[in-house]
Amino acid sequence: MNDLTSLTLAGALDGMEKKQFSSVELTEAFIGAIDKANPHLNAYVVTTPDLARARAKESDAKRAAGKAGPLEGAPLGIKDLFCTEGVRTTACSGVLGEFTPTYESTVTENLFRDGALMLGKLNMDEFAMGSSNETSKFGPVVSPWRRGNEEAKLTPGGSSGGSASAVSADLCLGATATDTGGSIRQPAAFTGTVGIKPTYGRCSRWGIVAFASSLDQAGPIAKTVEDSAILLQSMAGHDPKDSTSLTDALPNFRAATQRSIKGMVIGVPEEYRVDGMPPEIEALWQQGIEWAKDAGATIKPISLKHTKYALPTYYIVAPAEASSNLARYDGMRYGARVAGKDLNGVYENTRASGFGKEVQRRILIGTYVLSAGYYDAYYLRAQKVRQRIAQDFRDAFESVDAILTPATPSAAFALGEKSADPVAMYLNDIFTVTANLAGLPAIALPAATDANGLPLGLQVIGKALDEESVFAVSAALEKSANFRAKPAKWWA
Amino acid sequence: MSIDEKTVRKVAKLARLALPEDRVAPMAAELNGIMAWIEQLNEVDVEGVEPMTSAVEGLSLPMREDVVTAGNEPERVLKNAPKSEDGFFVVPKVVE
Repeated sequence: MNDLTSLTLAGALDGMEKKQFSSVELTEAFIGAIDKANPHLNAYVVTTPDLARARAKESDAKRAAGKAGPLEGAPLGIKDLFCTEGVRTTACSGVLGEFTPTYESTVTENLFRDGALMLGKLNMDEFAMGSSNETSKFGPVVSPWRRGNEEAKLTPGGSSGGSASAVSADLCLGATATDTGGSIRQPAAFTGTVGIKPTYGRCSRWGIVAFASSLDQAGPIAKTVEDSAILLQSMAGHDPKDSTSLTDALPNFRAATQRSIKGMVIGVPEEYRVDGMPPEIEALWQQGIEWAKDAGATIKPISLKHTKYALPTYYIVAPAEASSNLARYDGMRYGARVAGKDLNGVYENTRASGFGKEVQRRILIGTYVLSAGYYDAYYLRAQKVRQRIAQDFRDAFESVDAILTPATPSAAFALGEKSADPVAMYLNDIFTVTANLAGLPAIALPAATDANGLPLGLQVIGKALDEESVFAVSAALEKSANFRAKPAKWWA
Repeated sequence: MSIDEKTVRKVAKLARLALPEDRVAPMAAELNGIMAWIEQLNEVDVEGVEPMTSAVEGLSLPMREDVVTAGNEPERVLKNAPKSEDGFFVVPKVVE
Protein backbone atom coordinates (compact mmCIF):
# COMPACT_ATOMS: atom_id res chain seq x y z
CA MET A 1 0.00 0.00 0.00
CA ASN A 2 1.63 3.22 -1.17
CA ASP A 3 -0.44 6.00 0.26
CA LEU A 4 -2.67 5.02 3.14
CA THR A 5 -4.09 8.55 3.38
CA SER A 6 -5.89 8.21 0.03
CA LEU A 7 -8.05 5.35 1.30
CA THR A 8 -11.73 5.72 1.99
CA LEU A 9 -12.91 5.15 5.56
CA ALA A 10 -14.53 1.86 4.51
CA GLY A 11 -11.31 0.84 2.74
CA ALA A 12 -9.14 1.74 5.73
CA LEU A 13 -11.34 -0.16 8.20
CA ASP A 14 -11.25 -3.16 5.87
CA GLY A 15 -7.46 -2.96 5.49
CA MET A 16 -6.95 -2.87 9.28
CA GLU A 17 -9.34 -5.79 9.73
CA LYS A 18 -7.35 -7.77 7.14
CA LYS A 19 -4.10 -6.84 8.93
CA GLN A 20 -2.71 -5.13 5.80
CA PHE A 21 -1.67 -2.22 8.02
CA SER A 22 -2.18 -1.07 11.59
CA SER A 23 -3.89 1.99 12.99
CA VAL A 24 -0.46 3.17 14.15
CA GLU A 25 0.83 3.09 10.56
CA LEU A 26 -2.31 4.75 9.23
CA THR A 27 -2.20 7.45 11.89
CA GLU A 28 1.50 8.11 11.26
CA ALA A 29 0.75 8.55 7.54
CA PHE A 30 -1.87 11.20 8.34
CA ILE A 31 0.39 13.00 10.81
CA GLY A 32 3.06 13.20 8.10
CA ALA A 33 0.53 14.45 5.54
CA ILE A 34 -0.78 17.13 7.91
CA ASP A 35 2.77 18.34 8.68
CA LYS A 36 3.37 18.90 4.98
CA ALA A 37 0.01 20.34 3.97
CA ASN A 38 -1.20 22.35 6.92
CA PRO A 39 1.19 25.31 6.55
CA HIS A 40 -0.38 25.79 3.09
CA LEU A 41 -4.02 24.89 3.75
CA ASN A 42 -4.51 26.02 7.39
CA ALA A 43 -7.14 23.30 7.82
CA TYR A 44 -6.13 22.31 11.38
CA VAL A 45 -5.95 24.91 14.16
CA VAL A 46 -4.76 22.36 16.73
CA THR A 47 -3.00 19.09 16.01
CA THR A 48 -2.81 16.32 18.59
CA PRO A 49 -0.28 13.85 17.17
CA ASP A 50 0.79 12.36 20.49
CA LEU A 51 -2.77 11.78 21.58
CA ALA A 52 -3.53 10.23 18.18
CA ARG A 53 -0.50 7.91 18.37
CA ALA A 54 -1.48 6.72 21.85
CA ARG A 55 -5.06 6.07 20.79
CA ALA A 56 -3.94 4.26 17.64
CA LYS A 57 -1.82 1.93 19.76
CA GLU A 58 -4.80 1.19 21.99
CA SER A 59 -6.95 0.57 18.93
CA ASP A 60 -4.47 -1.91 17.48
CA ALA A 61 -4.48 -3.77 20.79
CA LYS A 62 -8.27 -3.82 20.86
CA ARG A 63 -8.47 -5.13 17.32
CA ALA A 64 -5.90 -7.84 18.09
CA ALA A 65 -8.03 -8.86 21.07
CA GLY A 66 -11.11 -9.15 18.86
CA LYS A 67 -12.74 -6.13 20.49
CA ALA A 68 -12.71 -3.69 17.58
CA GLY A 69 -15.49 -1.09 17.45
CA PRO A 70 -17.13 -0.07 14.16
CA LEU A 71 -14.61 2.78 13.68
CA GLU A 72 -11.67 1.18 15.48
CA GLY A 73 -8.41 2.98 14.75
CA ALA A 74 -9.89 5.41 12.20
CA PRO A 75 -8.18 8.84 12.34
CA LEU A 76 -10.66 11.70 12.04
CA GLY A 77 -10.57 15.48 12.14
CA ILE A 78 -12.91 17.30 14.53
CA LYS A 79 -14.41 20.71 13.76
CA ASP A 80 -13.40 23.26 16.40
CA LEU A 81 -17.08 23.73 17.32
CA PHE A 82 -17.10 20.39 19.19
CA CYS A 83 -15.90 20.46 22.78
CA THR A 84 -13.05 17.99 23.24
CA GLU A 85 -11.93 17.23 26.75
CA GLY A 86 -8.46 18.59 27.43
CA VAL A 87 -8.01 19.94 23.89
CA ARG A 88 -8.50 23.66 23.16
CA THR A 89 -11.89 24.48 21.66
CA THR A 90 -12.58 28.05 20.57
CA ALA A 91 -15.15 27.94 17.73
CA CYS A 92 -12.30 29.87 16.06
CA SER A 93 -13.32 32.97 18.02
CA GLY A 94 -11.14 35.26 20.09
CA VAL A 95 -13.81 35.51 22.75
CA LEU A 96 -13.15 31.94 23.93
CA GLY A 97 -9.45 32.65 24.48
CA GLU A 98 -7.67 29.38 25.27
CA PHE A 99 -10.86 27.62 26.42
CA THR A 100 -10.07 23.98 27.14
CA PRO A 101 -13.19 21.94 27.88
CA THR A 102 -13.33 19.66 30.90
CA TYR A 103 -15.94 17.56 29.13
CA GLU A 104 -16.51 15.87 25.77
CA SER A 105 -19.31 16.63 23.29
CA THR A 106 -21.75 13.75 22.86
CA VAL A 107 -20.99 13.42 19.14
CA THR A 108 -17.23 13.08 19.65
CA GLU A 109 -17.78 10.82 22.64
CA ASN A 110 -19.92 8.56 20.42
CA LEU A 111 -17.19 8.48 17.77
CA PHE A 112 -14.49 7.65 20.32
CA ARG A 113 -16.75 5.00 21.91
CA ASP A 114 -16.82 3.32 18.49
CA GLY A 115 -13.02 3.39 18.21
CA ALA A 116 -12.33 6.53 16.18
CA LEU A 117 -9.37 8.72 17.10
CA MET A 118 -8.76 12.43 16.66
CA LEU A 119 -5.90 13.98 14.67
CA GLY A 120 -6.75 17.53 15.73
CA LYS A 121 -9.24 20.39 15.62
CA LEU A 122 -10.37 21.81 12.30
CA ASN A 123 -10.60 25.44 11.28
CA MET A 124 -14.00 27.03 10.63
CA ASP A 125 -15.75 30.36 10.32
CA GLU A 126 -16.01 32.06 13.72
CA PHE A 127 -18.98 30.52 15.56
CA ALA A 128 -19.86 28.83 12.24
CA MET A 129 -20.96 32.18 10.81
CA GLY A 130 -19.75 32.34 7.25
CA SER A 131 -19.70 30.63 3.89
CA SER A 132 -16.03 30.93 2.97
CA ASN A 133 -14.06 30.21 6.16
CA GLU A 134 -12.69 33.75 6.08
CA THR A 135 -14.09 34.83 9.47
CA SER A 136 -11.91 32.47 11.54
CA LYS A 137 -9.68 34.03 14.17
CA PHE A 138 -6.96 31.73 12.84
CA GLY A 139 -7.21 32.97 9.26
CA PRO A 140 -8.90 31.48 6.21
CA VAL A 141 -8.65 27.86 5.15
CA VAL A 142 -7.27 27.36 1.65
CA SER A 143 -8.92 24.83 -0.62
CA PRO A 144 -6.64 22.14 -2.05
CA TRP A 145 -8.44 22.76 -5.36
CA ARG A 146 -7.23 25.30 -7.90
CA ARG A 147 -8.70 26.70 -11.12
CA GLY A 148 -6.70 24.84 -13.74
CA ASN A 149 -3.07 25.93 -13.39
CA GLU A 150 -3.85 29.21 -11.62
CA GLU A 151 -2.29 29.77 -8.23
CA ALA A 152 -5.14 31.94 -6.86
CA LYS A 153 -6.25 30.69 -3.45
CA LEU A 154 -9.81 29.41 -3.46
CA THR A 155 -12.20 29.02 -0.56
CA PRO A 156 -13.14 25.51 0.55
CA GLY A 157 -16.50 27.01 1.57
CA GLY A 158 -17.76 27.47 5.08
CA SER A 159 -18.38 27.29 7.83
CA SER A 160 -16.91 23.75 7.91
CA GLY A 161 -14.05 24.80 5.60
CA GLY A 162 -11.36 23.03 7.62
CA SER A 163 -13.35 19.80 7.59
CA ALA A 164 -13.90 19.95 3.82
CA SER A 165 -10.34 20.95 3.01
CA ALA A 166 -8.85 18.25 5.27
CA VAL A 167 -11.02 15.44 3.87
CA SER A 168 -10.45 16.56 0.29
CA ALA A 169 -6.66 16.82 0.78
CA ASP A 170 -6.44 13.40 2.50
CA LEU A 171 -5.55 14.87 5.90
CA CYS A 172 -8.04 12.59 7.71
CA LEU A 173 -10.37 9.73 6.77
CA GLY A 174 -13.42 11.83 7.56
CA ALA A 175 -14.41 14.78 9.70
CA THR A 176 -17.15 16.09 11.92
CA ALA A 177 -18.92 19.22 10.77
CA THR A 178 -22.04 21.22 11.59
CA ASP A 179 -24.71 22.76 9.40
CA THR A 180 -26.92 25.70 10.38
CA GLY A 181 -27.67 27.06 6.88
CA GLY A 182 -25.49 24.89 4.66
CA SER A 183 -22.19 24.70 6.52
CA ILE A 184 -21.71 20.98 5.83
CA ARG A 185 -23.12 20.78 2.32
CA GLN A 186 -21.71 23.93 0.70
CA PRO A 187 -18.08 23.15 1.67
CA ALA A 188 -18.58 19.52 0.63
CA ALA A 189 -19.85 20.70 -2.78
CA PHE A 190 -16.88 23.08 -3.15
CA THR A 191 -14.29 20.40 -2.40
CA GLY A 192 -15.57 17.26 -4.12
CA THR A 193 -16.49 15.59 -0.83
CA VAL A 194 -19.74 14.22 0.61
CA GLY A 195 -21.53 15.94 3.47
CA ILE A 196 -24.82 15.07 5.12
CA LYS A 197 -26.90 17.10 7.53
CA PRO A 198 -29.30 14.64 9.16
CA THR A 199 -32.82 15.36 10.40
CA TYR A 200 -32.83 17.99 13.16
CA GLY A 201 -32.41 16.13 16.44
CA ARG A 202 -30.58 13.05 15.10
CA CYS A 203 -27.23 14.20 16.50
CA SER A 204 -27.04 15.57 20.01
CA ARG A 205 -26.10 19.24 20.23
CA TRP A 206 -24.66 18.74 23.71
CA GLY A 207 -21.10 20.02 23.85
CA ILE A 208 -21.30 21.71 20.44
CA VAL A 209 -20.79 25.47 20.73
CA ALA A 210 -24.26 26.88 20.01
CA PHE A 211 -24.93 29.20 17.07
CA ALA A 212 -28.67 29.01 16.23
CA SER A 213 -30.16 26.23 18.29
CA SER A 214 -33.29 25.52 16.22
CA LEU A 215 -31.16 25.10 13.09
CA ASP A 216 -27.79 23.66 14.22
CA GLN A 217 -27.17 20.01 13.34
CA ALA A 218 -23.98 17.99 13.31
CA GLY A 219 -23.04 15.61 10.52
CA PRO A 220 -19.98 14.20 8.77
CA ILE A 221 -17.92 15.30 5.78
CA ALA A 222 -16.47 12.21 4.11
CA LYS A 223 -14.96 10.89 0.90
CA THR A 224 -17.93 8.78 -0.21
CA VAL A 225 -21.64 8.40 0.48
CA GLU A 226 -20.93 5.08 2.19
CA ASP A 227 -18.28 6.67 4.43
CA SER A 228 -20.72 9.41 5.42
CA ALA A 229 -23.28 6.75 6.36
CA ILE A 230 -20.75 4.88 8.50
CA LEU A 231 -19.79 8.09 10.33
CA LEU A 232 -23.36 9.28 10.85
CA GLN A 233 -24.27 5.91 12.35
CA SER A 234 -21.78 6.53 15.14
CA MET A 235 -22.40 10.26 15.57
CA ALA A 236 -26.20 10.07 15.82
CA GLY A 237 -28.44 8.64 18.53
CA HIS A 238 -30.58 9.77 21.43
CA ASP A 239 -28.94 11.80 24.17
CA PRO A 240 -30.83 12.72 27.35
CA LYS A 241 -28.51 15.73 27.72
CA ASP A 242 -30.10 17.43 24.69
CA SER A 243 -33.84 18.05 25.14
CA THR A 244 -34.32 18.26 21.34
CA SER A 245 -32.55 14.96 20.72
CA LEU A 246 -34.81 12.47 18.93
CA THR A 247 -35.69 9.18 20.61
CA ASP A 248 -36.37 7.38 17.32
CA ALA A 249 -34.27 4.28 16.69
CA LEU A 250 -31.44 4.66 14.19
CA PRO A 251 -31.87 2.74 10.95
CA ASN A 252 -28.87 1.04 9.33
CA PHE A 253 -27.56 3.93 7.22
CA ARG A 254 -24.84 1.95 5.47
CA ALA A 255 -27.35 -0.69 4.34
CA ALA A 256 -29.49 2.11 2.87
CA THR A 257 -26.64 3.08 0.52
CA GLN A 258 -27.03 -0.32 -1.16
CA ARG A 259 -30.76 0.06 -1.71
CA SER A 260 -32.19 0.26 -5.24
CA ILE A 261 -34.01 3.46 -6.15
CA LYS A 262 -36.13 1.72 -8.76
CA GLY A 263 -39.70 2.95 -8.49
CA MET A 264 -38.85 5.91 -6.25
CA VAL A 265 -40.35 9.27 -7.12
CA ILE A 266 -37.88 12.15 -7.08
CA GLY A 267 -39.10 15.74 -7.01
CA VAL A 268 -37.45 18.55 -8.94
CA PRO A 269 -38.46 21.99 -7.62
CA GLU A 270 -38.83 24.65 -10.31
CA GLU A 271 -38.05 27.43 -7.81
CA TYR A 272 -34.43 26.26 -7.55
CA ARG A 273 -33.82 27.45 -11.10
CA VAL A 274 -32.61 30.87 -9.93
CA ASP A 275 -31.72 33.97 -11.93
CA GLY A 276 -28.11 34.14 -12.99
CA MET A 277 -27.44 30.47 -12.30
CA PRO A 278 -24.45 29.40 -14.43
CA PRO A 279 -25.36 27.06 -17.32
CA GLU A 280 -23.00 24.41 -15.95
CA ILE A 281 -25.06 24.17 -12.75
CA GLU A 282 -28.21 23.79 -14.84
CA ALA A 283 -26.48 21.09 -16.93
CA LEU A 284 -25.29 19.30 -13.78
CA TRP A 285 -28.83 19.25 -12.43
CA GLN A 286 -30.19 17.87 -15.73
CA GLN A 287 -27.47 15.22 -15.67
CA GLY A 288 -28.51 14.24 -12.14
CA ILE A 289 -32.11 13.89 -13.31
CA GLU A 290 -30.98 11.59 -16.16
CA TRP A 291 -28.92 9.45 -13.75
CA ALA A 292 -31.89 9.07 -11.43
CA LYS A 293 -34.09 8.02 -14.35
CA ASP A 294 -31.48 5.53 -15.54
CA ALA A 295 -31.50 4.00 -12.06
CA GLY A 296 -35.24 3.44 -12.34
CA ALA A 297 -36.62 6.47 -10.49
CA THR A 298 -39.48 8.62 -11.74
CA ILE A 299 -38.97 12.38 -11.90
CA LYS A 300 -41.77 14.69 -10.85
CA PRO A 301 -41.74 18.49 -11.15
CA ILE A 302 -42.76 20.03 -7.82
CA SER A 303 -43.24 23.51 -6.44
CA LEU A 304 -41.66 24.85 -3.26
CA LYS A 305 -43.05 28.29 -3.70
CA HIS A 306 -41.60 30.07 -0.69
CA THR A 307 -38.01 29.12 -1.57
CA LYS A 308 -36.95 32.71 -2.35
CA TYR A 309 -37.92 33.78 1.17
CA ALA A 310 -35.80 31.14 2.87
CA LEU A 311 -32.58 33.16 3.10
CA PRO A 312 -34.17 36.37 4.40
CA THR A 313 -36.08 34.24 6.94
CA TYR A 314 -32.84 32.58 7.97
CA TYR A 315 -31.14 35.97 8.41
CA ILE A 316 -33.72 36.87 11.02
CA VAL A 317 -34.08 33.53 12.82
CA ALA A 318 -30.38 32.64 12.95
CA PRO A 319 -29.04 36.03 14.17
CA ALA A 320 -31.88 36.26 16.72
CA GLU A 321 -30.98 32.88 18.19
CA ALA A 322 -27.28 33.70 17.95
CA SER A 323 -27.67 36.99 19.81
CA SER A 324 -29.28 35.04 22.67
CA ASN A 325 -26.81 32.16 22.60
CA LEU A 326 -23.79 34.43 22.44
CA ALA A 327 -24.96 36.50 25.42
CA ARG A 328 -23.07 33.98 27.57
CA TYR A 329 -19.70 35.33 26.42
CA ASP A 330 -19.36 37.98 29.08
CA GLY A 331 -15.78 37.30 30.16
CA MET A 332 -16.77 36.10 33.62
CA ARG A 333 -16.58 32.29 33.56
CA TYR A 334 -14.33 31.56 30.59
CA GLY A 335 -12.57 33.25 27.73
CA ALA A 336 -10.50 36.40 27.70
CA ARG A 337 -11.74 39.18 30.00
CA VAL A 338 -10.96 42.75 28.96
CA ALA A 339 -10.93 45.54 31.56
CA GLY A 340 -13.47 48.37 31.53
CA LYS A 341 -14.53 51.34 33.63
CA ASP A 342 -17.38 49.39 35.25
CA LEU A 343 -19.12 46.02 34.89
CA ASN A 344 -20.91 47.03 31.67
CA GLY A 345 -17.62 48.38 30.40
CA VAL A 346 -15.99 44.99 31.01
CA TYR A 347 -18.80 43.24 29.13
CA GLU A 348 -18.70 45.68 26.24
CA ASN A 349 -14.92 45.64 25.85
CA THR A 350 -14.64 41.87 26.28
CA ARG A 351 -17.24 41.27 23.60
CA ALA A 352 -16.03 43.98 21.22
CA SER A 353 -12.47 42.68 21.29
CA GLY A 354 -13.38 38.98 21.34
CA PHE A 355 -15.96 38.79 18.55
CA GLY A 356 -15.00 39.33 14.91
CA LYS A 357 -16.76 41.64 12.48
CA GLU A 358 -19.30 39.21 11.01
CA VAL A 359 -20.26 37.87 14.44
CA GLN A 360 -20.78 41.41 15.77
CA ARG A 361 -22.88 42.24 12.74
CA ARG A 362 -25.11 39.22 13.36
CA ILE A 363 -25.42 39.89 17.07
CA LEU A 364 -26.58 43.43 16.25
CA ILE A 365 -29.12 42.21 13.67
CA GLY A 366 -30.40 39.60 16.13
CA THR A 367 -30.66 42.11 18.96
CA TYR A 368 -32.44 44.56 16.66
CA VAL A 369 -35.07 42.10 15.39
CA LEU A 370 -35.80 40.92 18.92
CA SER A 371 -35.94 44.41 20.44
CA ALA A 372 -39.14 46.04 21.67
CA GLY A 373 -41.27 47.33 18.81
CA TYR A 374 -39.64 45.17 16.14
CA TYR A 375 -40.28 41.65 17.45
CA ASP A 376 -43.63 41.17 15.66
CA ALA A 377 -42.55 42.84 12.43
CA TYR A 378 -39.42 40.74 12.07
CA TYR A 379 -39.00 37.75 14.34
CA LEU A 380 -42.63 36.63 14.56
CA ARG A 381 -43.15 37.17 10.82
CA ALA A 382 -40.01 35.17 10.05
CA GLN A 383 -41.26 32.28 12.19
CA LYS A 384 -44.51 32.32 10.20
CA VAL A 385 -42.70 32.36 6.86
CA ARG A 386 -40.57 29.51 8.19
CA GLN A 387 -43.81 27.57 8.75
CA ARG A 388 -44.79 28.28 5.11
CA ILE A 389 -41.46 26.93 3.90
CA ALA A 390 -41.81 23.78 6.03
CA GLN A 391 -45.39 23.35 4.76
CA ASP A 392 -44.19 23.52 1.12
CA PHE A 393 -41.96 20.54 1.89
CA ARG A 394 -44.69 18.63 3.73
CA ASP A 395 -46.99 19.10 0.73
CA ALA A 396 -44.28 18.05 -1.74
CA PHE A 397 -43.43 14.93 0.23
CA GLU A 398 -47.05 13.76 -0.10
CA SER A 399 -46.13 12.69 -3.62
CA VAL A 400 -42.32 12.35 -3.77
CA ASP A 401 -39.76 10.25 -1.87
CA ALA A 402 -36.83 12.64 -2.20
CA ILE A 403 -35.94 15.97 -3.82
CA LEU A 404 -33.00 16.61 -6.15
CA THR A 405 -31.38 20.04 -6.52
CA PRO A 406 -27.94 21.54 -7.15
CA ALA A 407 -25.99 21.97 -3.89
CA THR A 408 -24.65 25.46 -4.58
CA PRO A 409 -25.33 28.18 -7.17
CA SER A 410 -21.68 28.17 -8.32
CA ALA A 411 -18.32 26.45 -7.95
CA ALA A 412 -15.83 27.63 -5.29
CA PHE A 413 -14.80 31.29 -5.49
CA ALA A 414 -11.50 32.92 -4.64
CA LEU A 415 -10.67 34.07 -1.12
CA GLY A 416 -11.57 37.75 -0.76
CA GLU A 417 -13.91 37.69 -3.75
CA LYS A 418 -17.16 38.03 -1.80
CA SER A 419 -16.10 39.14 1.66
CA ALA A 420 -16.97 42.81 1.04
CA ASP A 421 -20.68 42.20 0.43
CA PRO A 422 -22.51 40.29 3.19
CA VAL A 423 -25.65 39.66 1.12
CA ALA A 424 -23.66 38.27 -1.86
CA MET A 425 -21.95 35.93 0.60
CA TYR A 426 -25.26 34.88 2.16
CA LEU A 427 -26.64 33.89 -1.29
CA ASN A 428 -24.21 30.95 -1.34
CA ASP A 429 -26.60 29.06 0.91
CA ILE A 430 -29.68 29.60 -1.25
CA PHE A 431 -30.15 25.88 -2.03
CA THR A 432 -29.12 24.51 1.36
CA VAL A 433 -30.82 26.77 3.90
CA THR A 434 -34.35 25.47 3.24
CA ALA A 435 -33.52 22.04 4.72
CA ASN A 436 -32.35 23.70 7.95
CA LEU A 437 -35.49 25.80 8.29
CA ALA A 438 -37.66 22.70 7.72
CA GLY A 439 -35.41 20.40 9.83
CA LEU A 440 -34.95 17.91 6.97
CA PRO A 441 -32.05 15.57 6.14
CA ALA A 442 -30.01 16.62 3.09
CA ILE A 443 -26.77 15.48 1.50
CA ALA A 444 -24.33 17.08 -0.94
CA LEU A 445 -22.28 14.83 -3.20
CA PRO A 446 -19.76 15.57 -5.96
CA ALA A 447 -21.17 15.00 -9.43
CA ALA A 448 -19.03 16.82 -12.01
CA THR A 449 -16.30 19.38 -12.53
CA ASP A 450 -16.71 22.79 -14.17
CA ALA A 451 -14.67 24.21 -17.07
CA ASN A 452 -11.85 25.06 -14.62
CA GLY A 453 -11.78 21.57 -13.17
CA LEU A 454 -13.52 22.56 -9.93
CA PRO A 455 -16.03 20.21 -8.29
CA LEU A 456 -19.77 20.80 -8.50
CA GLY A 457 -22.25 19.10 -6.19
CA LEU A 458 -25.80 17.81 -6.25
CA GLN A 459 -28.09 17.86 -3.22
CA VAL A 460 -30.68 15.26 -2.20
CA ILE A 461 -33.26 16.32 0.42
CA GLY A 462 -35.41 13.75 2.25
CA LYS A 463 -38.42 13.60 4.53
CA ALA A 464 -37.84 14.09 8.24
CA LEU A 465 -36.27 10.89 9.66
CA ASP A 466 -35.82 9.41 6.18
CA GLU A 467 -32.04 9.58 5.83
CA GLU A 468 -32.30 6.12 4.26
CA SER A 469 -33.88 7.46 1.06
CA VAL A 470 -31.31 10.26 1.02
CA PHE A 471 -28.49 7.70 1.22
CA ALA A 472 -30.10 5.41 -1.38
CA VAL A 473 -30.59 8.18 -3.95
CA SER A 474 -27.21 9.80 -3.36
CA ALA A 475 -25.40 6.45 -3.57
CA ALA A 476 -27.13 5.73 -6.90
CA LEU A 477 -26.15 9.17 -8.23
CA GLU A 478 -22.60 8.72 -6.94
CA LYS A 479 -22.30 5.47 -8.87
CA SER A 480 -23.43 7.11 -12.11
CA ALA A 481 -21.35 10.23 -11.59
CA ASN A 482 -18.24 8.15 -10.93
CA PHE A 483 -16.49 11.31 -9.70
CA ARG A 484 -12.77 10.56 -9.56
CA ALA A 485 -11.18 14.01 -9.72
CA LYS A 486 -8.72 14.81 -6.91
CA PRO A 487 -6.85 18.05 -6.27
CA ALA A 488 -3.17 17.97 -7.23
CA LYS A 489 -1.05 17.93 -4.07
CA TRP A 490 0.74 21.15 -4.99
CA TRP A 491 2.03 21.61 -1.44
CA ALA A 492 3.90 18.28 -1.31
CA MET B 1 -37.75 50.83 8.45
CA SER B 2 -34.36 52.43 8.20
CA ILE B 3 -31.80 52.00 10.96
CA ASP B 4 -30.29 55.33 11.98
CA GLU B 5 -27.13 55.91 13.99
CA LYS B 6 -29.07 56.39 17.19
CA THR B 7 -30.65 52.95 16.78
CA VAL B 8 -27.25 51.40 16.11
CA ARG B 9 -25.90 52.87 19.35
CA LYS B 10 -28.95 51.66 21.25
CA VAL B 11 -28.77 48.12 19.85
CA ALA B 12 -25.02 47.95 20.51
CA LYS B 13 -25.71 48.98 24.09
CA LEU B 14 -28.40 46.28 24.43
CA ALA B 15 -25.99 43.71 22.99
CA ARG B 16 -23.17 44.89 25.28
CA LEU B 17 -20.85 45.55 22.36
CA ALA B 18 -18.53 48.53 22.54
CA LEU B 19 -18.84 50.21 19.14
CA PRO B 20 -16.20 52.86 18.41
CA GLU B 21 -17.76 56.10 17.16
CA ASP B 22 -16.15 55.76 13.72
CA ARG B 23 -17.85 52.36 13.26
CA VAL B 24 -21.39 53.61 13.94
CA ALA B 25 -22.13 55.09 10.51
CA PRO B 26 -20.60 52.18 8.51
CA MET B 27 -22.46 49.70 10.73
CA ALA B 28 -25.75 51.53 10.12
CA ALA B 29 -25.10 51.28 6.38
CA GLU B 30 -24.27 47.55 6.61
CA LEU B 31 -27.33 46.77 8.70
CA ASN B 32 -29.58 48.77 6.40
CA GLY B 33 -28.24 46.84 3.41
CA ILE B 34 -29.11 43.55 5.07
CA MET B 35 -32.46 44.70 6.44
CA ALA B 36 -33.51 46.11 3.06
CA TRP B 37 -32.96 42.66 1.57
CA ILE B 38 -34.93 41.10 4.42
CA GLU B 39 -37.90 43.44 3.82
CA GLN B 40 -39.10 41.16 1.00
CA LEU B 41 -40.65 38.96 3.70
CA ASN B 42 -43.46 41.52 3.82
CA GLU B 43 -44.68 40.12 0.48
CA VAL B 44 -45.60 36.79 2.09
CA ASP B 45 -49.18 36.23 3.19
CA VAL B 46 -48.86 34.91 6.74
CA GLU B 47 -52.50 35.43 7.72
CA GLY B 48 -53.54 32.65 10.10
CA VAL B 49 -50.15 30.89 9.97
CA GLU B 50 -48.85 29.46 13.24
CA PRO B 51 -45.28 30.63 13.95
CA MET B 52 -42.82 27.74 13.70
CA THR B 53 -40.98 27.46 16.99
CA SER B 54 -39.45 24.01 16.64
CA ALA B 55 -37.73 22.24 13.76
CA VAL B 56 -39.39 18.98 14.71
CA GLU B 57 -43.14 18.48 14.55
CA GLY B 58 -44.91 17.36 17.69
CA LEU B 59 -41.82 17.48 19.85
CA SER B 60 -42.61 18.06 23.49
CA LEU B 61 -39.92 18.92 25.95
CA PRO B 62 -39.06 15.86 27.99
CA MET B 63 -38.92 16.11 31.77
CA ARG B 64 -36.24 14.36 33.75
CA GLU B 65 -36.21 13.17 37.34
CA ASP B 66 -35.51 16.04 39.72
CA VAL B 67 -32.35 14.50 41.10
CA VAL B 68 -28.71 15.52 41.25
CA THR B 69 -26.80 13.94 38.35
CA ALA B 70 -23.57 15.91 38.43
CA GLY B 71 -21.81 18.49 40.53
CA ASN B 72 -19.50 18.99 43.44
CA GLU B 73 -16.61 19.54 41.05
CA PRO B 74 -15.61 23.17 41.61
CA GLU B 75 -12.16 22.65 40.11
CA ARG B 76 -13.56 21.47 36.79
CA VAL B 77 -16.12 24.25 36.76
CA LEU B 78 -13.51 26.93 37.46
CA LYS B 79 -10.80 25.55 35.23
CA ASN B 80 -11.34 28.10 32.42
CA ALA B 81 -12.17 31.06 34.62
CA PRO B 82 -10.28 34.26 33.77
CA LYS B 83 -10.04 34.83 37.54
CA SER B 84 -10.98 32.59 40.49
CA GLU B 85 -10.25 32.29 44.18
CA ASP B 86 -11.20 29.82 46.94
CA GLY B 87 -13.63 27.94 44.72
CA PHE B 88 -15.36 31.08 43.41
CA PHE B 89 -15.37 33.08 40.18
CA VAL B 90 -13.89 36.51 40.82
CA VAL B 91 -15.89 39.18 38.98
CA PRO B 92 -15.68 42.98 38.83
CA LYS B 93 -17.44 44.85 41.60
CA VAL B 94 -21.21 44.80 40.92
CA VAL B 95 -22.66 46.67 43.93
CA GLU B 96 -21.22 49.98 45.08
